[in-house]
Amino acid sequence: MTEPLSFELSRPAVDPPRLPEADVAGPSPADLLPREMLRSRPPGLPRLSEPEIMRHYSRLASLNYSISENFYPLGSCTMKYNPVLNELAAALPGFAGLHPYQDEETIQGALELMWRLEHALCAVVGVDRVTLQPAAGAHGEWTALRMIAAFHHSRDEKRTEVLVPDSAHGTNPASAALSGFRVVEVRSGADGRISLADLESKLSPQTAALMLTNPNTLGLFEREILDIAEMVHATGALLYYDGANLNAFMGICRPGDMGFDAVHMNLHKTFTTPHGGGGPGAGPVGVKSDLVPFLPTPTVERSNGHLTLDHKRPQSIGRVRSFYGNFGMLVRAYTYILAMGGDGLSQASQDAVLSANYLRKLVEGDLDMPHEGPCMHEFVASAHHLSSEHGVRALDVAKALLDRQFYAPTVYFPLVVSEAIMVEPTETESKATLDSFAGAIKEIVAQAKTDPQGLHAEPKSTPVGRLDEVAAARKINAYLTGQSEDPILRWRAPSETA
Amino acid sequence: MLETIGVTSINDLLVDIPQSLRLESLQLPLGLSEFETMAQVTALAGRNKVYPDRLTFRGGGVYRRFIPAAVMAVTSKPEFYTAYTPYQAEASQGTLQAIFEYQTLIAELTGMDVSNASLYDGATAVAEAAMMAHVHTGRDEVLVAGYLHPEYIQVLRAFGEGRGIKVRKGDQPNKKTAAVIFQQPDFLGLLVDAPGLARAAHDAGALAIACVDPISLAILAAPGEYGADIAVGEGQQLGLSPSLGGPHVGFIACKRDLVRKLPGRLVGTAHDAQGRRGFVLALAAREQHIRREKATSNICTNHSLCALAAAVYLTYMGPYGLRQVAEVSFKRAHNLAERLAALPGWELAFPERQFVNEFPVRVPKSSPVVKKLARKGILGGLDVSRWFRELKGVLTFTCTEVNDARALDELVAALQS
Repeated sequence: MTEPLSFELSRPAVDPPRLPEADVAGPSPADLLPREMLRSRPPGLPRLSEPEIMRHYSRLASLNYSISENFYPLGSCTMKYNPVLNELAAALPGFAGLHPYQDEETIQGALELMWRLEHALCAVVGVDRVTLQPAAGAHGEWTALRMIAAFHHSRDEKRTEVLVPDSAHGTNPASAALSGFRVVEVRSGADGRISLADLESKLSPQTAALMLTNPNTLGLFEREILDIAEMVHATGALLYYDGANLNAFMGICRPGDMGFDAVHMNLHKTFTTPHGGGGPGAGPVGVKSDLVPFLPTPTVERSNGHLTLDHKRPQSIGRVRSFYGNFGMLVRAYTYILAMGGDGLSQASQDAVLSANYLRKLVEGDLDMPHEGPCMHEFVASAHHLSSEHGVRALDVAKALLDRQFYAPTVYFPLVVSEAIMVEPTETESKATLDSFAGAIKEIVAQAKTDPQGLHAEPKSTPVGRLDEVAAARKINAYLTGQSEDPILRWRAPSETA
Repeated sequence: MLETIGVTSINDLLVDIPQSLRLESLQLPLGLSEFETMAQVTALAGRNKVYPDRLTFRGGGVYRRFIPAAVMAVTSKPEFYTAYTPYQAEASQGTLQAIFEYQTLIAELTGMDVSNASLYDGATAVAEAAMMAHVHTGRDEVLVAGYLHPEYIQVLRAFGEGRGIKVRKGDQPNKKTAAVIFQQPDFLGLLVDAPGLARAAHDAGALAIACVDPISLAILAAPGEYGADIAVGEGQQLGLSPSLGGPHVGFIACKRDLVRKLPGRLVGTAHDAQGRRGFVLALAAREQHIRREKATSNICTNHSLCALAAAVYLTYMGPYGLRQVAEVSFKRAHNLAERLAALPGWELAFPERQFVNEFPVRVPKSSPVVKKLARKGILGGLDVSRWFRELKGVLTFTCTEVNDARALDELVAALQS
């Protein structure tokens, strides 16, 4: 089942929607503007009636898997239920209708919400201040690294390197490079944790920071975190926390107490703002007092119950986004925190750890488990033997799960595990769901032994079968013409396809 | 579940955490019922003043526009808003196709060859475009010509610092210039000589980056028509509420020879074994999860749901609906400009310059004007001297299809009183 593009459904006979008339005297663009300033022909937008539009997008919606319908055990992504209340809160006219350049006096409620959210996040991760400006996790990473660079600069230190474990998210090295640092990789040991010996050898007076997530991307807690922090700080470098895995330990422990100096959080993971098919998210960054002077502008300040925006921060790294961040997502996250409370957040993390360990136990006989448990909120299994003995790879397992109405786990990440299958069940899934997922894995593994070819042909129940993504990545030359079988990146009207 | 795992308590699963790090509890209030939660959140919302659409004449990068009901109806479908980045293409065709349509709509609107799947906002779109120009030309200075949105300049500077890109103001590019960046219409609403700036950029071997207002493109020449290499902008006006400035959506589109340097997600077509057309994330080899520190950008996602809103909006409007919206705004703004310029002591700040639907006026004293309007429930002009000292006493006003004829009368009457 596929759906034509809106452009292919377009009919020239469709009238434009009824819209306001000007109702005042005034010139038209053609009366005042020279011809070369005017558009020569109307933009090639499709022409559809409202019922056609609604049907088109309803059909497209039906082609998606989503949290609202499917278990989504995507490791590292924390796909938990998005409470519907959050959506109502963000849509309140008192929030959605605010212009960013209204006077501060008229947005006291919004500023109060930001202030309260900042301090709630401070309490969860154990830092002194938080900026709510970054629009996403990667944006937060980059913001934190800019602050770390400014910190060293303020002390007249030239530190040019950032250490990143080999198991880190790809955004870590990318953010470091874009902040002007050279990336130095630190190896993981056999137990899946960072190798202290390798870390020792890579730390130097050039080191600006170590970027770390804990639990790491293998779902394992870095037991020696306090030693790591001491080693890093002893060289004058700072410790950066990638908050992708924060869902593992709210109320259990805090990165600030572990010695992290800067911490980014993903409100779209831990704090249930919806992923939206890939954004918008929000990636606030928390810092210890040493880094506070470098926070992006503006910050929200509160004095005698009166709230203001502070734009005058002489040591600030400047502005990282227009206005005040993804405010609508901040409303959702605050609503979630309010509803959960300290007790609810702690319970959520404990349940997330319980779910992950339970599911790990259920599938450990079927898939390889490269590392010893217990895990935290997620675990990394491997299809290594399935692949070498039956030719069924992690990708095949992922696609076969789609046919069983489960979204696939993250596969081939982290890079340090071959045929990695990374599973994060989250606290919002029931035992029954976890049981049925484990049942599906068992079924797939059984089929791998008897009918591996059948698995290569899956998924069969999805709107399309396996797509040739390799071609889409490689063949570039004809990418716009639409003349050949090569991938195209936009649609062109047939008459333009010459 | 504990029994299956083989432990007696959840604490047994947390043994790897040093005891000295364990917390008793979080220093936060206890949780609330849904009813109590909403009551508290609603109380906060109630402490804000919301100006009606029709009485909002302040713009500066975020505008009140009519939002068709279809937009919210589509973006509030949980199949869209609770899905993840479309890594598993076969289970994400709805999101992927919607983004592909968005890419085509933006490319059509800007007259460029290809658009990406969207960025965070207009400011980061400008910064990412500057980065593309830096990589493409190997030069490390970008020139900002005229009144680019001041917050976009600030973000550009912050981005540039990490990447060794210097930001300079001016319109005379030289051999060091990677790109000339200009906004059309500019931050004050005025039209600039876009073809001339693009030519100057090319003559110096630099790229031309046009930051454009998407609605204005229904009447103004598209960046592709005057030779811009990269077109960027803020898409808030395409179906998104102001929401104190976000979440909105940045768009970026470019000429075909720059596509390998485009940041972020890009959706392309592919086929399955049966020859059916489908959509996938294309050219992922540019991206951070594959290239790590060598990626074109660190951006990991886009603003998909906002891009979806923009796609529904543009599809709803069609070419002629969009033009009607742009022309009504144009006509009303010019009507209002004439009436404001006729007020005692008021004048157009740049009478020789053309504008679309936002314009600067010079007033005797700006602060009392804005306060007076606020007392009458009108969100009046924006005092731009807070960013540009030379514009003391200058307010910009904006007019769109939501400011009806009576609203214009009310504004003028309030100023005369």
